[in-house]
Amino acid sequence: MAELTIRQAIQRGLEEALQNDPNVFIMGEDIGKYGGAYAVTSGFLEKYGPKRIKDTPISEATFIGAGIGAAAAGLRPVIEIMSISFSLVAFDQIVNMAGNLRYMSGGQIKVPMVIRAPTGAGLQLAATHSQSFETWLAEVPGIKCVAPSTPADALGLLRSALSDGNTVVFAEPAQMYGVKGEVPDGRFTVPIGKASVQRSGSDVTFVSYGHGMRILHGAAAELAKRGMEAEVVDLRSLSPLDMDTVIASVQKTNRALTLDTARRTGGIMAEVAARLQEAASDWLDGPVARVGAEDVPWPYNRELEQEALPRVEDVLSALKKAYGV
Amino acid sequence: MSTRAARVKRRAHVNGAGDKQEFLELYRQMYLIRRFEEACGEQYSRGNIRGFLHLYIGEEAIAAGVMSTLRPDDYVVTHYRDHGHALARGLDTNRIMAELFGRATGLSKGKGGSMHLFDASKGFMGGHAIVGGQMPLAAGLALACQYKGTGGMAVVFFGDGAVNQGVFHETMNLAAIWDLPLLFFLENNLYGMGTSAERTRAGGVDIYPIAGSYGIEAAMIDGMDVLAVREATGEAVKKIRAGEGPKFIEAKTYRFQGHSMADPARYRDQAELDYWLSRDPLKSFPKMVLDREVATEEELADVRKSADAEVASAVKFALESPPPAKSELFTDVYA
Repeated sequence: MAELTIRQAIQRGLEEALQNDPNVFIMGEDIGKYGGAYAVTSGFLEKYGPKRIKDTPISEATFIGAGIGAAAAGLRPVIEIMSISFSLVAFDQIVNMAGNLRYMSGGQIKVPMVIRAPTGAGLQLAATHSQSFETWLAEVPGIKCVAPSTPADALGLLRSALSDGNTVVFAEPAQMYGVKGEVPDGRFTVPIGKASVQRSGSDVTFVSYGHGMRILHGAAAELAKRGMEAEVVDLRSLSPLDMDTVIASVQKTNRALTLDTARRTGGIMAEVAARLQEAASDWLDGPVARVGAEDVPWPYNRELEQEALPRVEDVLSALKKAYGV
Repeated sequence: MSTRAARVKRRAHVNGAGDKQEFLELYRQMYLIRRFEEACGEQYSRGNIRGFLHLYIGEEAIAAGVMSTLRPDDYVVTHYRDHGHALARGLDTNRIMAELFGRATGLSKGKGGSMHLFDASKGFMGGHAIVGGQMPLAAGLALACQYKGTGGMAVVFFGDGAVNQGVFHETMNLAAIWDLPLLFFLENNLYGMGTSAERTRAGGVDIYPIAGSYGIEAAMIDGMDVLAVREATGEAVKKIRAGEGPKFIEAKTYRFQGHSMADPARYRDQAELDYWLSRDPLKSFPKMVLDREVATEEELADVRKSADAEVASAVKFALESPPPAKSELFTDVYA
């Protein structure tokens, strides 16, 4: 075991891949000489050279599309988007190429690629830089989407993503690069499509991912003071969704609350709530409680931004409203 | 016509009569595409082909000329008017037609349709239907050739409509700064769907000068002259393989029919159409072959007869092929 930050865990996964597979290369904006906007690839250019560590022009659609072409030709690109907010200008490439190519070619074209991108609000980056488009990308068939909230999951999921036969969007909570945690030694992996129970409890099931996990753990600690134990589930994978783990927990607790740090309407937790309603209504003592970011553009002002983000108090009041506890 | 294009054309026409088989092959490809597209039009009218169908009639000289210069390990990426490129690249005629019919025997098992033809075994990487969206993909394929050192390259076809998309400019920039082995081939048929390039393009309908601003050597040629296409492409391909980085060719051409089967093309006047029809490569090329006594009328007739039979047999194959099984809905989504 070693204590690593999420940033260090991702660095370890990327370096392993660069060392073990000559077809792996990394490209993106300012990942080389600058060292990465969030310093994830710091020092990589010096170590692995410009063929493997490619600084790109500020042309997200084109370097993501070029990654797709390179993957289709047998390479294994890792693309860094400086913010998942910038994936907007590359949506045609991500959806129509990475997502649809395999299907519309009848299985002939494969796009094994990882797209890494910091995601989420909370850093006062305002409306254009704070969005959480992993929730949109999770809807696209043909690509997978994961979002770790611990260093161990970051490394384990990255290893899985780097050996997956599909394009995997790897959404990194921008606020959490410095979060520390124990990471097992050896080549463990975390399977894509498997949620994790981070805290056991029998009174209510909390579900979120990424930065949302911090808020849920805060709420679970508050509940514990009142003698209630929350079971806290980290989806880890937004696509494919592991509803089995969520449903099994709800069968134990009979209460469910979902939390999105993305805008609440149309987010991934809307899907989780709908599927719980379909598959677990017999076990639920009330409606699925939902907490999410407000449906507004992200504001710059710190107080306004915090107001838009879900907080521990929002979790507790939503729980009270749905279940009277 | 630029002086460079004129030079290329002149040389093509004095290129000796020693390549009879090559000329017959170019004729075969152009005629096969013409007959195939005519058959598609018929089958569309009968309801056997649905959705959007964009015919390549009039532009055959480009596909035939370009493909004749490529190697089997090169990559070809194109737009949604893709039947001609697929046929000239040597994709199976039966399987192309079956794809258009939406049958299980189609190239993509009936999941792609006319606009999305693929054959990875021949480096034919689509068939793409978002205008300009195919360009970054081609850059990535070229990057893979460079990365692996295969000596191969990619060619990307696009139309005059695509040049107003951002990715067109982005891809030229990326290809230029990374010296990618990529040929940009612009099929300028003067219209983006129903809107003429004159109305959408600042700086006029000649587009190749844009490439110069990215430091990419460019030529403009007559896209109705298959020998000019072959000559100019051959030169560009040679330079690309020599490591000179991307090249750009603009070929002026014309589609003789509407944008798709749904388009009666009322936005074009008869005089313009007549002018281009008078330059039909399916007329001018065989005439030149006969005038120069490269081949005989009987030999040309044999080519036509064999292509007619190939297309008829493709229609029969498609008609007799089964539809995809319902379970195919869920395959090929993920690895």
